[in-house]
Amino acid sequence: MSDATGFTIPKIELGDWIETGLDYLTTNYSSITRGISKFTETGIDVLNDALMWLPEWALIALVTLLCWRLAGTRLAIGSVLGLGLIWNLDLWDPMIESLTLVVIATLVAVVIAVPLGILAALSDRFYKVIMPVLDFMQTMPAFVYLIPAIPFFGIGSVSAIFATVIFSMPPAIRFTTLGIRQVPNDLIEAADAFGATRSQKLFKLQLPLSLPTVMAGINQTIMLALSMVVIAAMIGADGLGNEVWKAIQRLRPGDGFEAGIAVVILAMLLDRLTQTFSKEKKPRS
Amino acid sequence: MTDTRDVKIRVRNLSKVFGNQPDKALKLRDEGMKRPEILEKTGQTLGLSNVDFDVMEGELLVIMGLSGSGKSTLIRCLNRLIEPTEGEILIDGDDVAKLDDKSLLRCRRKHFSMVFQNFALFPHRTVQQNAEFGLEVRGEEKEVCYQRGRDALKQVGLDGWEDAYPSQLSGGMQQRVGLARALANDSTVLLMDEAFSALDPLIRKDMQQELLALQHKMKKTTIFITHDLDEALSIGDRIILLKDGEIVQIGSPESILTSPANDYVARFVEGVDMSRILTARSAMTDVRATARDDDGPRTALRKMGDNGLDSLFVVRRDRTVLGIITAEDTERAVRENLTDLSSIIHSDCCQVSPEEPLHNLFAMFAGHHHPLAVVDEQSRLLGVVIKGSVLAELAEAGEAHA
Repeated sequence: MSDATGFTIPKIELGDWIETGLDYLTTNYSSITRGISKFTETGIDVLNDALMWLPEWALIALVTLLCWRLAGTRLAIGSVLGLGLIWNLDLWDPMIESLTLVVIATLVAVVIAVPLGILAALSDRFYKVIMPVLDFMQTMPAFVYLIPAIPFFGIGSVSAIFATVIFSMPPAIRFTTLGIRQVPNDLIEAADAFGATRSQKLFKLQLPLSLPTVMAGINQTIMLALSMVVIAAMIGADGLGNEVWKAIQRLRPGDGFEAGIAVVILAMLLDRLTQTFSKEKKPRS
Repeated sequence: MTDTRDVKIRVRNLSKVFGNQPDKALKLRDEGMKRPEILEKTGQTLGLSNVDFDVMEGELLVIMGLSGSGKSTLIRCLNRLIEPTEGEILIDGDDVAKLDDKSLLRCRRKHFSMVFQNFALFPHRTVQQNAEFGLEVRGEEKEVCYQRGRDALKQVGLDGWEDAYPSQLSGGMQQRVGLARALANDSTVLLMDEAFSALDPLIRKDMQQELLALQHKMKKTTIFITHDLDEALSIGDRIILLKDGEIVQIGSPESILTSPANDYVARFVEGVDMSRILTARSAMTDVRATARDDDGPRTALRKMGDNGLDSLFVVRRDRTVLGIITAEDTERAVRENLTDLSSIIHSDCCQVSPEEPLHNLFAMFAGHHHPLAVVDEQSRLLGVVIKGSVLAELAEAGEAHA
């Protein structure tokens, strides 16, 4: 950046500053992050072992039953065929590993996101603060989160979950806020008129009425989590992403597509299943 | 109108300014400016200005005005869904306007329950759960909530609909749920904000009648907002007329019709069908003579002759009405030497209550010229109405506000 006189505006050392900040965090708080890391690893192992302890056919039967009860016959048939294919392709264990990561990341994301969403719905000031932060979180390329995750949590699944939580949280926050703000004013007024407190309004009115919207947000979070879990193979996360990553390194497009199709099947099952929760309960007539 | 009932709510000097500089607006108001000028000068809207009125224990007070008159603001100031800018709202000695948040919640739970124009039912709760809402918020025991909710639903005629959701009900039934939700609370005051305005005319009439019946039975202090003069006249014990945030007139339906406070009110009530407002009492005249059930035909005939009547009501000793006899029949009875009146009494003569609107009397006059007997609840004769006096009364009332 220099003009004719040779005067230069020095480059702003944004990258250096961020690295200094991250270094500071890693050196001073590594004991905390290692603790979180241990805890999360245990969670991943327990869930993984539990899901793998079940024989393949039993889990397929369970999922199929669930699909049939919640979404109907079509999804049930789809789940038998899809999961059967994954089993047949020898991708069962990676699929379970990916599923575990998605489930744990989503749980953490929802536990953080829903209270934040409620806060943003009830406080205009917090809303103004958090919305640009969410924009930042969502538009930052997903890979970037992987880099600081490593010094915090080391190579492996915990880093993957950290990056996934950050990447997948925004829709759950946004939808929760939206759902609560969409509750009609006259209903709030009615609750006020009967002397409802803030928390009574929240738990008796705003949350129940916003539940379908919140569930739609959680559905989005799950989808984002799945996509991130696949990318996170680059920092050593297990699962289907790892299969894809191996296929790239060995230049075997066939293997890559097999793993990719397994991801698609998993995504569709998760999506259709959670969508049933976000549809409004129809009162029986 | 003198009222011996206790004052339940006393509203004094209540004003509301919408905007961020209320003091400026109130100052201009005190200098005598009206709402449009204040809006132009300061950008502040004067929603209510110096509103003073009392609500009596057990009365049905109607606040009526056109849209923008401030009636919705007024009713919301009473339970502070809208914060009043200045003034006092005294209920049982507490000034609602000065309560802190906690006491305000307590006050709303105890004193006010509200019915809304758009019903504002909770769509995710069943009819029963909707009715229980106020009690639940107040922290009542589950069984109490259930029982009182059920009783309230029974009162508004929604037996058997407890488990339905609001979306499954018609508009009229939904508003019954709204009413039940308010009644279940057993609050001191019932606030009804255009409660029937969203309903079909026929259903609306039904609901008005039912509200009157309920009110008659429960004697609940009720404040009813409406923009519909007919509604105001047919249900209100007293009516407050509001215009541009100020009270134009307070009075009984009859006094508003017959002596409007100013041109605005007069124009307002111009189109009203007086025959629906004025009652049999206003056209009733004293009974000049009656026949007793043990009188003979000769006595009865002489009473008619003495008073220039061509018919007589026959009453028992306690003045309960047996029926009517005509001069023709009585003459015939005399000629035939009958000794008592029983064979010539028309027991199907029309009896009306003093509260019956004149409108309903016309049909009773059709086909004969007998007067109508105005009777009290024990069927005792209070007076008579003849066709001529109905017409005279209507003509007179028409002139009064023409």
